[in-house]
Amino acid sequence: MEKLINLTLKIWRQKNAKSSGKMVEYHVKDVSTEMSFLEMLDVLNEDLSLKGDDPVEFDSDCREGICGTCGVVINGIAHGEQKATTVCQLHMRHFKDGETITIEPWRARAFPVIKDLVVDRKAFDRIMASGGYISIKTGSAAEANSILIPKEDSDLAMDMAACIGCGACVASCPNASASLFVGAKISQLSLLPQGKIEAKQRAENMVAQMDAEMFGACTNIQECEAVCPKEISISGIARMRREYFKAAVK
Amino acid sequence: MKLDSKIPDGPLTEKWDNHKEKIKLVNPKNKRKYTVLVVGTGLAGASAAASLAEMGYNVKSFCIQDSARRAHSIAAQGGINAAKNYPNDNDNIWRLFYDTIKGGDYRSREANVYRLAQVSNNIIDQATAQGVHFAREYGGNLANRSFGGAQVSRTFYARGQTGQQLLLGTYSSLMRQVKTGMVELFELREMLDLVVEDGKARGIIVRNLVTGEIERYAGHSVVLATGGYGTVFYLSTNAVNSNATAAWRTHKRGAGFANPCYTQIHPTCIPVSGDHQSKLTLMSESLRNDGRIWVSKKKGDKRAAKDIPEDERDYFLERKYPSFGNLVPRDVASRNAKEACDDGRGVGSTGLAVYLDFEEAIKTFGENVIRERYGNLFDMYEKITGENPYKVPMRIYPAVHYTMGGLWVDYNLMSTIPGLYVAGEANFSDHGANRLGASALMQGLADGYFVLPYTINDYLAGVDADELKTDTEQFKTVENEVVEKNKKLLSINGNKTIRTFHRELGHIMWENVGMARTEESLKKALVEIPKLREDFWQNVKVPGTGEELNKNLEMAGRVADLLELGELMARDALNRAESCGGHFRLESQTEEGEAKRDDENFSYAAVWEYKGEGKNPELHKEELVFENVKLTQRSYK
Repeated sequence: MEKLINLTLKIWRQKNAKSSGKMVEYHVKDVSTEMSFLEMLDVLNEDLSLKGDDPVEFDSDCREGICGTCGVVINGIAHGEQKATTVCQLHMRHFKDGETITIEPWRARAFPVIKDLVVDRKAFDRIMASGGYISIKTGSAAEANSILIPKEDSDLAMDMAACIGCGACVASCPNASASLFVGAKISQLSLLPQGKIEAKQRAENMVAQMDAEMFGACTNIQECEAVCPKEISISGIARMRREYFKAAVK
Repeated sequence: MKLDSKIPDGPLTEKWDNHKEKIKLVNPKNKRKYTVLVVGTGLAGASAAASLAEMGYNVKSFCIQDSARRAHSIAAQGGINAAKNYPNDNDNIWRLFYDTIKGGDYRSREANVYRLAQVSNNIIDQATAQGVHFAREYGGNLANRSFGGAQVSRTFYARGQTGQQLLLGTYSSLMRQVKTGMVELFELREMLDLVVEDGKARGIIVRNLVTGEIERYAGHSVVLATGGYGTVFYLSTNAVNSNATAAWRTHKRGAGFANPCYTQIHPTCIPVSGDHQSKLTLMSESLRNDGRIWVSKKKGDKRAAKDIPEDERDYFLERKYPSFGNLVPRDVASRNAKEACDDGRGVGSTGLAVYLDFEEAIKTFGENVIRERYGNLFDMYEKITGENPYKVPMRIYPAVHYTMGGLWVDYNLMSTIPGLYVAGEANFSDHGANRLGASALMQGLADGYFVLPYTINDYLAGVDADELKTDTEQFKTVENEVVEKNKKLLSINGNKTIRTFHRELGHIMWENVGMARTEESLKKALVEIPKLREDFWQNVKVPGTGEELNKNLEMAGRVADLLELGELMARDALNRAESCGGHFRLESQTEEGEAKRDDENFSYAAVWEYKGEGKNPELHKEELVFENVKLTQRSYK
């Protein structure tokens, strides 16, 4: 049932990429426990606008956990404490009356802050452009059922393909490594017969781009897997290493 | 405005092939000299941009999201249709064509729909080659399921994430072309106007959403793939940034807007919980295969579901439609749910919901079977509502999901402005008055991969590959209008938030231009919307400045446009004094309460021409000619 709660929010405010930021405290009253976390921020922003203050900028789009646009660190955890949940699907019933909540942007060298809680994740797109595809032109595809794929392989590849590119893995990693993101894509394509042909170049190019973007190295901390809203397994990282190693020794 | 649909001659089954033979070509060496601007990176936009780049054209691609991978096609759940006939159930191109045109209640063009069915199979091949994960059988073949009441199993799916997987496929093709340099990608750019020179689409004005700078881009052709306008209802299953601005401002530059009143309402969405609600979440309608829909027979019954005895429950769909029961089409299910709620028999704290009950299914099949079938949907429901649907019935309510109307295009997907093409949900072309399940993804990809990359050559072959300039008078004038509009929005400094206006507009639309419309309700909307629009321009508060990331300013511009589009929707709905598909006029129904078409008077696409501020738009009609199908009345009794 709906309850109304009062909260103290400590939110990272930063005017733009060049200025320095700080945590600012806000008090929100009568927050319905039926609201999503982002709707709670919507309500805060409505109040701020009417008072003549600058609303808190944050990213969101589909608000159903699939587009990967939203993402903030809540009380130190990317997307908050609920497992397998993006922040747009996190609801206020998981918070207590009188609680203080800290809200910060993704923090990583490769994800510079644009404003407040909004960060620049273009590094992910550049990694994808470096090789996250199968080189097939429109119109040149063979009859779909001429490519048979064992259901087990297909299902495993689909688990990896569920990545929404939100960047929580990077934000949660003490090294700010993008290994889970890159590993998921390399795994997905290397598990498919269509993707095997370019597996070598793909692993080399994507890993090289990941390094060039200044993401950190993976040291098997596994925090990425713990926060991933799509529960992508770190076995993807192992597969990425195997593909990269295979590419290196050939 | 002259409407020439350019439907090719010849028998239906040969039109597309005949047409392709006659389309002019551009020499490979010359293609490099042409630039095409593609706005939007959803299924239609990304597939068009990638395909045009592969062919050798210079492409500039624009999206409002921070990455091309986040366009709203990503949220489609159910699947994509194709006439592959893999299950050997006697499916074929004709059947897919016939189901689509009948499902659209005979308000779409035969030739377009037939072509859609023809290329549907190529889409599955293309996506599979890209590594898109359609479900597979144990033998390694692709699996199919039946969807949305179709009598054959022709739907391909990737768990509940078909849109995501298909979009990641088009995104990967797009990024590959970004790497080759053939596509220049501009993220976080919002198209705010179209530049027309010498009567031809020649460029766009965009706002850089990070810096606030207004930028000019010129091209030999412009492709809009900017999605639908469901957010005119405020609450919908669309993403919060989905908007009609590019399409609407293009309309104001001379592109005809067709059938704006055709909107689709989806019956199985999670209900609204309060005023704070920012969007609605859809749950696959497959839930209706096992769930039973009911409300109490008594008005204002506040008892919990478990306390209402069996004989005091009204399973209204089973009662009214004994042969289809809970599986009646989307519009029928939606309308009946709203009627029950309007009758004071809605459930939950808001009274705006009906039960979708799995108790009997769980008793019959066991909880494990139900978990296997719908586990992810039940989890999602619990995440959002905090209620366990294995224990208490789900609450559902209809929500706006898709808009069939859009910018008018001819057979080549060109709008009434030469050089301006429109693809995907943004155009009006293939779904008539109602879209069938698993057909949106099909149409977006058909347009982007297999139709537009052919037809655009016909236009480009006929225009000079002249040097593109953005310092012309026309560019300056249009940019200036955009700048002034934003300045005005920022200067009003009123006392109401943008969301307040958007919510109010949504309320007017839902109540008066929603699932059931009457002459009276539509006339009311035509009074209330202009009033609200005036209030908006007097009293809206847009915080911040134009020279920075300012999501409120973005939203203000979009709501300003929706306040105009909403009025056109009401006008169109008022003009169409018949019911068809998703457009239900209470005055026009059969004795069974079904949508009653008036083929004699309304067998046309209504195309509206913008005539300037404060002036009534002019209606043009494209008569629909049916040579191959016989028009029939739907019945689900």
